[in-house]
Amino acid sequence: MSESLTLDKPRSPRRPAARRNNFELYSWAFMRISGLALVILVLGHLFIMNILDGGVHRINFAFVAGRWASPFWQFWDLAMLWLAQLHGGNGLRTIIDDYARKDTTRFWLKMLLYASMAVILVLGTLVIFTFDPNITA
Amino acid sequence: MSTTASTAAEAGASDRAGASRRSGTFYRGDPGMWSWVAHRVTGVLTFFFLFVHVLDTALVRVSPNAYDEVIETYKTPFVNLLEVGLVGAVLYHALNGLRVILVDFWEKGPQYQRPMLWTTLGIWVLVMIPGTYFMLARTVSEMFGGGH
Ligand code: HEM
Ligand code: HEM
Repeated sequence: MSESLTLDKPRSPRRPAARRNNFELYSWAFMRISGLALVILVLGHLFIMNILDGGVHRINFAFVAGRWASPFWQFWDLAMLWLAQLHGGNGLRTIIDDYARKDTTRFWLKMLLYASMAVILVLGTLVIFTFDPNITA
Repeated sequence: MSTTASTAAEAGASDRAGASRRSGTFYRGDPGMWSWVAHRVTGVLTFFFLFVHVLDTALVRVSPNAYDEVIETYKTPFVNLLEVGLVGAVLYHALNGLRVILVDFWEKGPQYQRPMLWTTLGIWVLVMIPGTYFMLARTVSEMFGGGH
């Protein structure tokens, strides 16, 4: 293998400290397992929302009320929310590690990422569980 | 980071071990690199869309009216076109993601990574042609046909 492909330098004098845990291994596995589930969840969601029965043109409050009357679609959306958010967030964490050059930049970008993930997960979960079809305003 | 790099390196290595070595020893500029770049770009795009999407869906907790008004913008011609782009991006990311999984877990995956890339793109085109048609048909007929 040519030198241009040698990404790790096994014989370099200064090697990073040995891993203390398997976090990266688990996150690698999680990306693949969640990816498999997301194929069904997200592609199914896109098909229902954009192609079936007139696509986006038939979406409105009543449509959502009809869907969330069923625990099946509530669970579908909840699973999709958590898996997509954790999968995408974990992917973005890798990307920040790749491109941020300074440790402080890296730190703050990750804090921003984790904060936005927390907001979206909490808000999305609450919206599904507290949905009220008879809301008036 | 290391996961993508090693996948690519393994795939490249097995290419070289085979009879065909037309691609030489460079990963840079190889279709394998562009498929990875596209995977990254489509993943980030989808993540940002999801952020906005959960916020707009949350309007169902404000009032039916607030939700309906925002959803109306999804039905305008320009945003409708963006939706086709989003579906195309997610579909690519999903198909290429399946390919990456096969390269990692299937014993023959690395050997077939390149034909799998062309298969992926073929499926993408086959799905997007009718998909685009069904997504845009109503918008196009309303714009040029004077309603449906
Ligand atoms: C233009 C394409 C899309 C349309 C028209 C659309 C439409 C909708 C609608 C109407 C809902 C309300 C709940 C329901 O009826 O089930 C919803 C919820 C949801 N969608 Fe989409 N969607 C689109 C794309 C996506 C994509 C690409 C993703 C994933 C990355 C996604 C993830 C979700 C999630 C997680 C929820 C639940 C939100 C919550 O918990 O408050 N959607 N979508
Ligand atoms: C539809 C099914 C999906 C599949 C099969 C899938 C598969 C994958 C796989 C296998 C990886 C790891 C790539 C690697 O380690 O080389 C990955 C990365 C990633 N995915 Fe997905 N994914 C899917 C949906 C999503 C969604 C909905 C989002 C956004 C919310 C997303 C965002 C990302 C991001 C940001 C990365 C990191 C890319 C990188 O590091 O270059 N994916 N995906």
